[in-house]
Amino acid sequence: MTAPALEARGLVRRFGALAATDEVSFAIRPGARQALIGPNGAGKTTLINLLTGATKPSAGQILLHGRDITHLKPSARVRLGLSRTFQINQLFPDLTPTESLGLAISERNGSGADFWRGAGSRPAVVAEIAELLMHFGLEADMDKLTRKLPYGKQRLLEIALALAARPRVLLLDEPAAGVPEEERRDILAALAALPADVAILLIEHDMDLVFNFADRISVLVAGKILTEGGPDAIAADERVRAVYLGEDPHA
Amino acid sequence: MSASDAAAVQARIGAHLQRRARWRWPEIVFWLAILALIFVLPSRAGIINEALIAGLFALSLDLILGLAGIVSLGQAAFLGLGAYAAAILASWGFAEPALGLAFGAAVAAVVGLVSAPLLLRGGDLTRLMVTLGVSLLLGELANRNSWITGGADGLNFSIAPVLGLFPIGFTGQRNAALYSFVVLFILFAIARRLAHSPFGLALAAIRENRLRAGALGVDTSRRMVAIYTIAAAYAGAAGALLAQTTQIVSLDLFDFHRSADVMLMLIIGGAGYLYGGLIGAAAFIVLRDVISAATPEYWEFWIGLALVILVLAGRESIVAAAARLIALVAPRAAGRGAA
Repeated sequence: MTAPALEARGLVRRFGALAATDEVSFAIRPGARQALIGPNGAGKTTLINLLTGATKPSAGQILLHGRDITHLKPSARVRLGLSRTFQINQLFPDLTPTESLGLAISERNGSGADFWRGAGSRPAVVAEIAELLMHFGLEADMDKLTRKLPYGKQRLLEIALALAARPRVLLLDEPAAGVPEEERRDILAALAALPADVAILLIEHDMDLVFNFADRISVLVAGKILTEGGPDAIAADERVRAVYLGEDPHA
Repeated sequence: MSASDAAAVQARIGAHLQRRARWRWPEIVFWLAILALIFVLPSRAGIINEALIAGLFALSLDLILGLAGIVSLGQAAFLGLGAYAAAILASWGFAEPALGLAFGAAVAAVVGLVSAPLLLRGGDLTRLMVTLGVSLLLGELANRNSWITGGADGLNFSIAPVLGLFPIGFTGQRNAALYSFVVLFILFAIARRLAHSPFGLALAAIRENRLRAGALGVDTSRRMVAIYTIAAAYAGAAGALLAQTTQIVSLDLFDFHRSADVMLMLIIGGAGYLYGGLIGAAAFIVLRDVISAATPEYWEFWIGLALVILVLAGRESIVAAAARLIALVAPRAAGRGAA
């Protein structure tokens, strides 16, 4: 059996007396479409920060394709194939989409420290920028400043950037957050078209999106994994319904 | 989407990424004008030389502040180091200016490299204080170690002709200005190349959003250390030029006002496009010269006033107004910068 794409073993993160993450263990197989749901304050953000390296765990281990990455810094994890998007756009406001993608690609293929050759002079990098721009329908806005793009386009760029790092595991932190209804379809289409060999962990409040996208769902409550299973099993789970205060999570 | 679409998009991407890499005619005019000025105004070669060196010093600050967004109030540390390194080397009998220049830049770079990790933690305020602290510390070290620096008395040394051919200093002020011009131009061309490279893009990413830069795999710490070291070398080169062309070094090279002045110059000229430091330095030095000739006591008043107006009105709006004016006269000259 191949190693899971991403695995957490007994992850703990304490803030003083509070265990924001409490003995969390899970595994995501290569190419999975997994979702992580949970009410506000369940510890989803802390868990993402632990996985990406923004926060150090108090205990436990994180493995990427069987390799221990618990003590690597965030940029090193990205270069090993773990990339993420952000719930609140983290873009480069005064750079264009082309420049943003170009730097992400250069960084991945090892030419990011090249201070002599002009940006845009490598055909392979240019071809890859073009592919990503066209895949996300951003080619018309390629030379506009990012801060001048409509919000939905910025959201797409957020995903395109994460994909430019050519991840094997991609963490999507509420990709549809704040997107107006008329631009939502573009985001959903972009998510559906993500490469099949990339394992995806989707953190999302939007239950429609979760149940459409995921083939496996983990429910995080008070820092612990409450349960895990297929969409049908989770939808039928009484405890999950109780956590969402009587809301029907499948609604 | 067809293959021809992809080819068209690729062509646009290439053109977009390289749009600022090509030398444009206003730039060439700019450099030729400086060169002409040195020949046309030999009696003013001293002040031109001073402006060129200040421009190089401001360029060093632009490398960290303009490109990577790293604030510093201690750039004078490297100016002083470069000046003293070049002067001490000359006082030991190694009087070739090119050698002293390389040595001054190298010493500053080493100290830059060693002190750069101090800048990686904390925010802008921390960086301002750390850089200021380092420059105070080095100034005091230079003061205490008078056996090598000459302390408050300064240092006596003489400089050989550049490459054995062109005497510089008080007897050859035009040569001194030409020497500074050549050094500035070479270092500027390198900085320009660097700014338009993938490394330059990574620095822009760090300036715009350090969190996301790291999340894309940019080793932000290493890149920041690298550019800080390069900027230190540039400031060291400026210091070495200053020492060699004036044949004086004094402890005030490490002074806070040097770091503050260079920040003023860069803000006046505009950070981030590399010419800002050169233009700001020239404006600052010419203004100081003109105003201090008219009202010797109050020139800082006018500089202060100019700065307040500039910052409040916004340099961009002033530049935009100027660009509209130029566009009326010469339509093709307008449109610097991003779309």
